[in-house]
Amino acid sequence: MAVLVYTESWNGSFKKASFEAVSYAAQLANKIGTEAIALTIASSDDAAQLGNYGATKVLNITNESLATFNNQAYANAIVAAAEANGADTIIISNTNNGKAIAPIIAAKRNAGLITNAIELPSSTSPLTVKRKTFSSKAFTNYSSTAAQNVISITPNALGTIENGATAQIESFDYTATSSDNRLSSVSVDRASGKISLTEADFVVSAGRGLKGPENWGMVEELAGLLGAATACSKPVSDIGWRPHSEHVGQTGIAINPELYIAIGISGAIQHLAGVNASKNIVVINTDPEAPFFKAADYGIVGDAFDVVPKLIEALKIHKANN
Amino acid sequence: MKILVCISHVPDTTSKIKFTNNQTEFDSNGITFVINPYDEFGLTRAMKIKESTGATITVVNVGAASTEPTLRKALAIGADEAVRIDADPKDGSTVARLIADYAKEQNFDLIVTGRESIDYNGGIVPGMLATYLDIPFVNACIGFELEGTNAKAVREIDGGKETLEGTLPMLIAGQKGLVEEKELRIPAMRGIMMARKKPLSVIAAGDTRVSTTVVSFELPETKAACTMIDAGNVEQLVELLHTEAKVI
Ligand SMILES: Cc1cc2nc3c(=O)[nH]c(=O)nc-3n(C[C@H](O)[C@H](O)[C@H](O)COP(=O)(O)OP(=O)(O)OC[C@H]3O[C@@H](n4cnc5c(N)ncnc54)[C@H](O)[C@@H]3O)c2cc1C
Ligand SMILES: Cc1cc2nc3c(=O)[nH]c(=O)nc-3n(C[C@H](O)[C@H](O)[C@H](O)COP(=O)(O)OP(=O)(O)OC[C@H]3O[C@@H](n4cnc5c(N)ncnc54)[C@H](O)[C@@H]3O)c2cc1C
Repeated sequence: MAVLVYTESWNGSFKKASFEAVSYAAQLANKIGTEAIALTIASSDDAAQLGNYGATKVLNITNESLATFNNQAYANAIVAAAEANGADTIIISNTNNGKAIAPIIAAKRNAGLITNAIELPSSTSPLTVKRKTFSSKAFTNYSSTAAQNVISITPNALGTIENGATAQIESFDYTATSSDNRLSSVSVDRASGKISLTEADFVVSAGRGLKGPENWGMVEELAGLLGAATACSKPVSDIGWRPHSEHVGQTGIAINPELYIAIGISGAIQHLAGVNASKNIVVINTDPEAPFFKAADYGIVGDAFDVVPKLIEALKIHKANN
Repeated sequence: MKILVCISHVPDTTSKIKFTNNQTEFDSNGITFVINPYDEFGLTRAMKIKESTGATITVVNVGAASTEPTLRKALAIGADEAVRIDADPKDGSTVARLIADYAKEQNFDLIVTGRESIDYNGGIVPGMLATYLDIPFVNACIGFELEGTNAKAVREIDGGKETLEGTLPMLIAGQKGLVEEKELRIPAMRGIMMARKKPLSVIAAGDTRVSTTVVSFELPETKAACTMIDAGNVEQLVELLHTEAKVI
């Protein structure tokens, strides 16, 4: 009956997407008439706070063999926790790690897997969930015919609900097996303090209109002011002006932040596919005919080298006054 | 060494997506189908391994006869043989099970898929397939090097990357980075001619049970007209973001 939600942490602290996942699990549990149980692995964060998002109980795995992420081991640990707690629905956030474990769990449990969910289930029997498909060009309502299910939810698509409660914490044990450890992590390379694109509330993105990598200073300054992640169009990463990890669009990262600012990007269909789920889109482009304006909420026809510095100044004044 | 590359047959990225039959069926009218872009990165990586080790490459698709031109294209790029598992796939888990049933007998050393199929965006097939075959799985793979049977794979993580080590067999789900965009192979005339003579076998699908079904499709709501702001009045944008959009 119960709903189990895996709460991912990074360097011991919960990711924002984990709070969204717990809120989702709690609302779903409420609909079914059961409880939401959270599972943490190698987290040093305060697990009781997950109660604030609706978890009644938190299972905590601290086993040394799971100290670093490993998709097989984590998937097996989640399956073991679900079995021990009679959970037949598992909620995971669709982060890079979430994407690596959800299908393993579904295959192990013979479960229906619905990825990229953007809404709570519209029905719990049969379980019916709306998800993003066709790179955000369409949504699809899927219904599961399986007895067990795994739902992975799109980060940033669903907010959190807080209730002020604290959850009770229990320890749960799982030890990685030799078959879990067939891949070993050699190194992790992650810019510290960098905001991950899929979880960012604000994203500042620039395209070929910026002429060269030396002109990204103003993009970074604007992003810094907003606490935004930086992104780019595909050709910009293909020519090596920016890293591939910043490439958004149909063949890059799909995002849905509160605010997306596109500077010198034409708005090709493949670019729009990955970003049009953003709640507010601002486009700055010299060409009034640029297709991006059709997908934008706010537009400025103008030269980025003139408009962006002005925007930075205006934002600084706004920040000083608010 | 034997490599299996899984090829999803998808609408071209410029396609306007539309549905028929009361929004319950994808309308393939006027749609051009291509090799899933993520699978092109995987196929090119496999070609490089073939060129340095003499490996053979099999490409597989689970689909109806209409997907054969896509498999032929993969042969023209350089795969040695193609297999079509004859089914009308409607669910990622079915695709994974059917490919697993086929691959079990074949002892592939390396299985290469894309990170996701750009139509249904499931990200389901690779991880399920690896699990059914009980081999390690590297998702969002952006780098892969082989030395004998020892592999070093780089995967994308949120805000960075992680390098993993292991031995074959394994499954990698690739994307850009596995090879660069400019390295992608396009079929040349010679390749197209040779592809005609390469084997494309069709095998019957076993268990086509599904665990999820599509109830209906929806298109996003059309956006209201864009509010245009004068380039000389950027302050107005900040004001609107504050008072109207309420994001800052
Ligand atoms: C299979 C496939 C997959 C693809 N996937 C993606 C994807 O995932 N993501 C993606 O982004 N693209 C993707 N593309 C590429 C896409 O079709 C476009 O080519 C690309 O998005 C264009 O990038 P851009 O807007 O930066 O450059 P351009 O199209 O060259 O646009 C530059 C824009 O900058 C404007 N400009 C010029 N100077 C200035 C200035 N001084 N100030 C302000 N504006 C200025 C111009 O008016 C123009 O609109 C894909 C293409 C294919 C074929
Ligand atoms: C006309 C038509 C209608 C379809 N209708 C539906 C539908 O209603 N619902 C639905 O879910 N699917 C449908 N499909 C099948 C769909 O194209 C996918 O093959 C399948 O659903 C897996 O989707 P996914 O998003 O989970 O794949 P993912 O798991 O995202 O794919 C990842 C990787 O797995 C491999 N892969 C995926 N699919 C295949 C395949 N068929 N053969 C070989 N390798 C593959 C590729 O390497 C791909 O890069 C339809 C296909 C066609 C041609």
